[in-house]
Amino acid sequence: MSQQKKNRIDVKVHPPRLFPAYKSTVLRAPARPLIFSKKTFSELTGPAFGSFQVDPLDSDLTKNSVVNGVPLGERIVVHGKVMDEFGRAIPHTLVEIWQANAAGRYVHKIDQHDAPLDPNFLGAGRCLTDATGNYKFYSIKPGAYPWGNHDNAWRPQHIHFSLFGVNITSRLITQMYFPGDPLLELDPIFKGVPERGRKLLIADFDIDITEPSFALGYRFDIILKGNHETPFENK
Amino acid sequence: MKKKLQTPSQTVGPFFAYGLTPEQYSYNFSSWVDGDMVADPHGADVITIGGNVFDGEGMVIPDAMLEVWQHDNRHSRFGRFGTGTDKANRFIFRTTKPLPKDGHAPFLTVVLFMRGQLIHSFTRMYFSDEQELNQRDETLLTVPEERRHTLVAQKKGSFYEFNIHMQGDDETVFFDF
Repeated sequence: MSQQKKNRIDVKVHPPRLFPAYKSTVLRAPARPLIFSKKTFSELTGPAFGSFQVDPLDSDLTKNSVVNGVPLGERIVVHGKVMDEFGRAIPHTLVEIWQANAAGRYVHKIDQHDAPLDPNFLGAGRCLTDATGNYKFYSIKPGAYPWGNHDNAWRPQHIHFSLFGVNITSRLITQMYFPGDPLLELDPIFKGVPERGRKLLIADFDIDITEPSFALGYRFDIILKGNHETPFENK
Repeated sequence: MKKKLQTPSQTVGPFFAYGLTPEQYSYNFSSWVDGDMVADPHGADVITIGGNVFDGEGMVIPDAMLEVWQHDNRHSRFGRFGTGTDKANRFIFRTTKPLPKDGHAPFLTVVLFMRGQLIHSFTRMYFSDEQELNQRDETLLTVPEERRHTLVAQKKGSFYEFNIHMQGDDETVFFDF
């Protein structure tokens, strides 16, 4: 049990469930304490994704939904390594992303922000990490956008990331932010993360992967909870 | 060896559908997974699971996303469904009932994501027609008796109803992973 407790998610870097400055947590956060359960076989083996194939175009958001031209905005290349807490690469794991367009507008039908849609940009992509845990996306730098949390509230520019890792306990959905964004300090979603974890959510500008005359480069490494538990077997 | 800090969680937000469940929401991007967790959703042993997610005021949540995982040695299955397309904002999964393994009652692991959750919630769905195994399931026994019913889907014909309450008298039991 004590060994298993050590391997729980790290509450010193993850946000709490209830964070009243982010108003919609108030009615949606579980009110009662969570119950610790030993993980069993199915939770430590993870789902099998079968023969799921990723189209190479899926990771190029500047091309994967063009209709009659190219998307507007600042072209970027975002890359990084997915690894566990010991720095071990997590190869061939699925990375899914979604984001607003350059004007700060989401394709999603319920987004009512009065900013233009881009007919050549959907804002969704995915890829598998390679054998060394690395991923790479081409995209357009997303715009900031207003939201209704409080007066004059704006979300910092961000890209949503979804990852699986080795099993169910390593599942992660997060957001990648951009360096130097003044909205970060005002954003209750970002500020919900304890201070020591916040810098892990901000990508580094990376001149080495910036492609000359083509796209600015950002590096965003992702650390998932590792697989260091043994399944609980009830004999 | 010094451990690295885990990348912190952030909310899935309200606008996940075209990225994570695009075909279900009729976006022009292929889905690699949906609520049908079996190749033939009309097979004889297929069960349907459905329900609502309720907030602290008892209102139905129309922008949640659920993932269901199961593995019983024979079948490993995975499903994903958003609550924004059904008329009643239910989630609906079609799968086969897992077999009991290692003396545990069969269950599905449910992972819940939504705007208003900075980090996802884990729960389990057990089956009301497995009363005997449920009564000696080690995990269910760690849950206070008066809350166990929140983890048990109620069988109604071939349909299992499983409602999730984020708060209130019937607050669903969520697990710490």
